[in-house]
Amino acid sequence: MNNDDNKNSIEEPKSYNTLNLGPTHPATHGIFQNVLTMDGEKIVDAEQTIGYIHRAFEKIAERRAYYQITPLTDRMNYCSSPINNIGWHLAVEKLLGVETNKRIDYMRIIAMELARIADHLVCNSVIGVDSGALTGFVYVFQEREKINEVYEELCGARLTTHLGCIGGFERDITPKAISKIRTVMKSLPKVLHEFENLLMRNRIFMDRTINVGGISAERALNYSFTGPCLRAAGVDYDVRVMEPYSSYQDFDFVVPVGQNGDTYDRFCVRQTEMWESIKLINNALENLPEGKFNMEVPAFFMPPKEQVYSQMEPLISHFKKVMGEIDIPAKEIYQAVEGGNGELGFYIVSDGGRTPYRVHFRRPCFIYYQAFPEMVRGALLSDAILTLSSMNVIAGELDA
Amino acid sequence: MENATIIDFLIPDFSEKILLVDESADILTLIVDSSAAKNIIRTLKEQLNFFFLTDLCGIHYPEQEKELGVIYHLHNLLDNKRIRIKAFVTKENPQVESLTDIFSGANWMERETYDFYGIEFTGHPNLKRILNVDYMDYFPMRKEYPLEDATRTDKDDKFFGR
Repeated sequence: MNNDDNKNSIEEPKSYNTLNLGPTHPATHGIFQNVLTMDGEKIVDAEQTIGYIHRAFEKIAERRAYYQITPLTDRMNYCSSPINNIGWHLAVEKLLGVETNKRIDYMRIIAMELARIADHLVCNSVIGVDSGALTGFVYVFQEREKINEVYEELCGARLTTHLGCIGGFERDITPKAISKIRTVMKSLPKVLHEFENLLMRNRIFMDRTINVGGISAERALNYSFTGPCLRAAGVDYDVRVMEPYSSYQDFDFVVPVGQNGDTYDRFCVRQTEMWESIKLINNALENLPEGKFNMEVPAFFMPPKEQVYSQMEPLISHFKKVMGEIDIPAKEIYQAVEGGNGELGFYIVSDGGRTPYRVHFRRPCFIYYQAFPEMVRGALLSDAILTLSSMNVIAGELDA
Repeated sequence: MENATIIDFLIPDFSEKILLVDESADILTLIVDSSAAKNIIRTLKEQLNFFFLTDLCGIHYPEQEKELGVIYHLHNLLDNKRIRIKAFVTKENPQVESLTDIFSGANWMERETYDFYGIEFTGHPNLKRILNVDYMDYFPMRKEYPLEDATRTDKDDKFFGR
């Protein structure tokens, strides 16, 4: 028996510490708890507790007419509400069999890609903050502010946008909105370059993120990962390419993929996606077709307010729509869009009534956050913080 | 991949377990016997590359004999083909086999379905509520629990089609 074996045999069994990370911890960026079992500074296991802001959206949706459900979708991934809104509208349009024209499609692409940029800006700058670099966060937030101003111009709201309506938009894109978008598109590349210069080849940032919180492509697929987290692991799956909606097929864009599925790759995938979104927005703006901005979906198109206030027919029509005396086909559909976090799915079962019989939201981060323990086992506590922020877990979407 | 290919592949082994094939919905929908749901999904995964579990959720039809349903959405990413599987169980015996040993991602989706509808997934490693509090003694998404308090008399909207 050598000395080492002898030493092991008389050692006390290891005792682990329990560390509560959250529910309200600055580093979790949301209200959810992680109970970490720690061996010194190393994580042995993790258990998540969620549901702190569960608002029963699926139950509420069963009592609401279809157009009234849009504000619920706003409050899921509030970093990119327009994608949620438009995704819901696309789902209802699929249910109703409504096809939108190219102008609406392109306007939607502009709104959705702006939202994607805003979402990724927040996520990536927060990865910087969690590794100790606050400068980038403050710097890129100026651009996010400009994007919020574009939303404000498009629909009057900034965060919970309620952007658009079933069948298109409530109002056309204004020259002022176009000029604001062009301003963002002009200033954003410079900011992105500087942000990348600050972090991407930064020794400290690379050491803190490379090989941290990695997951293989096989495991990611088994966990039903989608979006940047799946693409970082090397799987080329993007709903915009696989099942194009809203005329994404008209545009050329690259779907970036990573190799290791670690925090650094997730950061880089999001960064590259923002460049692609800039291309998409510029293309859509340049080629914005003429046409109507709303398809006058008979069941949902609200007559203009000035007519409602002055004429009988529009008043009756408005009343009927608000009260839901409309024909909805009894069928079920599943519509997916590429959200900021991945495949955002809307499963609607309609029984023909004014409200859906059942709605299920496939919230991407609810599905992949469960892989967190596997991704941080054996890592340091500080690595877990970075892994968490690079997964972009949004509490509103997690709990719904 | 055509719908017929999938159906032809499944019919020899599961002819009695597939209760309904619906091609009129947006994607191919199969209603299957709940006892065979897991085997069918495993076959779809291993033989026909439906290796991505997109979604799993529950539904409640109080007027049906088998009231509670589980709805699975699977995706074959290689051929870009989606399929929907439905399995129904009775309220008295709401048991379906868990998919957690095939798809790790099924874990929380099944917990959510259990939390909302009380469907028990046998073989699940940690079947407890996920979004609601543990001491809740009912399953809130079932249709017998209306959203608004039925005892309220100050709100009467029966004239508005509700």
